[in-house]
Amino acid sequence: MDYILSILVFFPAVAGLLGFVIDKDSARVYGITVAAIEFFLSLWLWFSFDGTNAGMQFVELIPVIPDFGVNYYLGVDGISLFIILMTTMMTLIGIMSLSVKENVKNMIITLLFLEMTMVGVFVSLDAIIFYLFWELSLVPMLYIIGAWGGSLRVYAAVKFFLYTFAGSLIMLVGMLFMAYTYQSLTGVWSFALTDWYALVLPVSYQMWLFAAFFIGFAIKVPMFPFHTWLPYAHGQAPTIGSVILAAVLLKMGTYGFVRFSLPLFPDAAVIWITPIAVLSIIMIIYTAMVAYAQKDMKQVIAYSSVSHMGIVMLGIFAMNAEGIGGSVFQMLSHGIVSGALFMLVGVIYDRRHTKMMDEFGGIAAVMPKYAVIFGIMLMASVGLPLTIGFVGEFLVLIGFYQVSPIMTVLAGTSIIIGSVYMLTLFKKSFFGPVTKEENKNLKDLDAKETWSLIPLVAIVVWLGVYPKPILDPIDNSVKAMLNFMDEKAITQEAKDMIHVAKSTKEAK
Amino acid sequence: MLEPIKVSLESLNLITLAPMLIAIAGGLIILSIDLLKEGLHKSLYVMLTVLILVVDLLSTVGLNINERGFFDVMLIDGISIVSQLLVIVGSIVFIPLALSSKRFHEYSYPEFFALFLFMVAGFQFMVASDNLILIFVGLETASLSLYTLIALHNRSNSYEAAVKYFTMGALAAGFFAMGSAMIYALTGSVELYKVAEVLATRTGEADLMIAIFGGFVLILVALGFKLSLYPFHTWAPDVYEGASAALVGYMSVVPKVAAFVVAIRIFGMYIDLGVEWVRIMILVIAVLTMTLANIMALVQEDVKRMLAYSSISHAGFVMAALALDTTEGNTSIFLYYALFMFTNLGAFAMLWISRHKMRRFNNRYDHPYEKFAGFIKIMPIGAVIMGLFMLSLAGVPPFSVFWGKIYVMQAAVNAGYIWLAVVMGLNSAIAAYYYLKLVVYMFLKDPVKDVDTIYYNISRPLMVIIGFATVATVGAIFYVQPLVSYIYYMISASGY
Repeated sequence: MDYILSILVFFPAVAGLLGFVIDKDSARVYGITVAAIEFFLSLWLWFSFDGTNAGMQFVELIPVIPDFGVNYYLGVDGISLFIILMTTMMTLIGIMSLSVKENVKNMIITLLFLEMTMVGVFVSLDAIIFYLFWELSLVPMLYIIGAWGGSLRVYAAVKFFLYTFAGSLIMLVGMLFMAYTYQSLTGVWSFALTDWYALVLPVSYQMWLFAAFFIGFAIKVPMFPFHTWLPYAHGQAPTIGSVILAAVLLKMGTYGFVRFSLPLFPDAAVIWITPIAVLSIIMIIYTAMVAYAQKDMKQVIAYSSVSHMGIVMLGIFAMNAEGIGGSVFQMLSHGIVSGALFMLVGVIYDRRHTKMMDEFGGIAAVMPKYAVIFGIMLMASVGLPLTIGFVGEFLVLIGFYQVSPIMTVLAGTSIIIGSVYMLTLFKKSFFGPVTKEENKNLKDLDAKETWSLIPLVAIVVWLGVYPKPILDPIDNSVKAMLNFMDEKAITQEAKDMIHVAKSTKEAK
Repeated sequence: MLEPIKVSLESLNLITLAPMLIAIAGGLIILSIDLLKEGLHKSLYVMLTVLILVVDLLSTVGLNINERGFFDVMLIDGISIVSQLLVIVGSIVFIPLALSSKRFHEYSYPEFFALFLFMVAGFQFMVASDNLILIFVGLETASLSLYTLIALHNRSNSYEAAVKYFTMGALAAGFFAMGSAMIYALTGSVELYKVAEVLATRTGEADLMIAIFGGFVLILVALGFKLSLYPFHTWAPDVYEGASAALVGYMSVVPKVAAFVVAIRIFGMYIDLGVEWVRIMILVIAVLTMTLANIMALVQEDVKRMLAYSSISHAGFVMAALALDTTEGNTSIFLYYALFMFTNLGAFAMLWISRHKMRRFNNRYDHPYEKFAGFIKIMPIGAVIMGLFMLSLAGVPPFSVFWGKIYVMQAAVNAGYIWLAVVMGLNSAIAAYYYLKLVVYMFLKDPVKDVDTIYYNISRPLMVIIGFATVATVGAIFYVQPLVSYIYYMISASGY
């Protein structure tokens, strides 16, 4: 299967096109089947993936616009592999648990197109192809939020679109400049990432280019102070929209940092460590506090999601194997956990049509299964040991400790504040007497919901206890990248900062 | 007694005139058919026009590059071939829009099609010469035909549009004539290559430069009107509103391509001579055009007016590429319009099929946004296609306009104008808002009233055209490479 990546990218799109023909009552089953096939294809990718090889695998390269240096260039390494797996899995589970009643067929088709763009972003090794999928992913999301969302849906959808679109256009200028620099040095046009990696740029260039890419990625993450679109998008989006947004779309930003910003501009990245770390810590603490102040369960999770993305950012800029590896792992765990939490809020919303915490209370007595799963996910989100959330957070904090102990302590408070707002949420909604009459007869999870959530619970526990099968390939690729950055860095500070050898020793 | 002038037919190189003559002869044929038998259906004329244009196209393809002919006033270089091809292809794809299911006044006259062909010939003359007089003649032939075509659309605001366009066009023509006269007075020639030779020897003279400045400004104003650049754009929205959607789509591409060729020839010459303020003025105008037109497009209530402002903004975008005066910059102009043409064709064809005889939604506008509310529920495929065109115009990859945009931006970066590329990027972000507004209306709102006849004017040929435009828009990634290399080759062969 040489072309497995192309199949992975275009299978959902082709299925989406064919989906127009499917009768609308059968669309759901069609969607689940397609997403399942896609998931198994991605599993196949994992099994045929060589975990000891740190480089790009399953590479495909077809020139598209050679005069312009645009190639259809795909490949996957340890960093992107698991994000792709998570993407296909969350799409499958999202479609399985889909609770939208109207226009189900349109929703399924949109989700399948969205899946194409998401997988496309994570396998592209050509900047223009990356940009293409990156921008294209906005369109289905716009439709999902705008068509199935809450009362302010159009505003939220347009804000989401314009905010990210504006940011990525600046990034596009950066990409064009990068290609121009490559052309002026080598005489050949190329947007291929592997070609760009070979380019050693002066620090002043790196700073500007880093800034251009930073705007594109930071809006997507979303970094403080560019995060204002996210609460609206989450607040208005339907459950499935929030799940995909939190689980996958936000990861595009952090993935961009790992794939583009760090290896392309190692010196600039090192210079930017402190500002970005400060922003990340503000993001971690501030949004955690905002989360505590929310009355709406979904907003709590939305803000906690921003807070956790702060941890991911911090880890990336730790510039060592623990930090970056932990970040990549945290991306996966955050995707699974916050996706599951949004799904759980969706469950209760479908029953009561409200997400306000004070409308609930004592639900644990009425819906025991629901309460148990919610509890597990909540613990994972807080970062309880032996859950998936702990591994990533712990590695990130260890990693960043080598950069700045004080900042690490500040970032560590996120665990405390996190448990405060999460447990408050849990207490208010689940414990105590059942105060509202409507809540006394709520149905517990039905089969569809249970079977969507059980796999996630299993993964949360499995990877919490034994993360090695995933951490190893990630670690390999991350170390290869760090080695490469170390060689490429031109300033001494950068070389000092990028801890390669030391980390390699410690990890063994 | 004067010696009789002897000119050998050989030296005239009449083949350079063949494409225009074919178009003119075609127009005459259509008129004589009407004389012989009245009351023929418009489909006959449409197809005849297409056939004549195809012959025209083939004869243009067959031209040798870098030849002069007809007393050396005709100049067949790469630019002129590429732009003639664009003009003809644009005409071929737009004229079948006349085959709508409803009858419209103008298409019942064969004169419409004859005038259309004369207009094409006019544009071809305009781009295939570097003689200011012939350019002027071509410009006027095309413009006068176009005014009439607009007025033939039998509505009060079409007359308004035609008169407005005519007045502004006449003013522009006046400016062009004065500018040419000024150049002639300074250099003793109306042939641009001779003008360049003369100017090259005298760039040091300050008083001459002031006079040249005057001549340049006059011509810039004239072309500014034709290209609807800020601040000479004010006619455009009203004219677009008054004319039929089919013609507006045409007007927003083909005449602009022709005018850009003239601009490349004249302004490119100045910039080559090292007159830096020409470049600065063009850049300022280009940036103002794209930004202000974008901002005005934000507040429009009618889709056609919005598209009018958006096409002004696109013209500003391309104008900026002109100021770069690099081969890539000039290539990007044609590439942009070639790609823009298909999307624009589609977008205006969609407006055209939703055109009612009476205004059902608004007393003033034919295509208010409300008309498209809930389009997805009424006509799902139509909504998706229209959405594609809007996203393409907004520059979302991988649709056609994105590749034009990225090439223009790349040309700007290569020429060292990174700030320009950033301005272009930010403008695209502003522009996304108003295109998105239509998408939002179509997909996210409920229909305002029962509008089952929103695709009132559709017919099979129009569906074919729209299908073609959709394929060309979506599949752009597959033909950008040959297009770029062909245009680049042609432009660099003609030394721009």
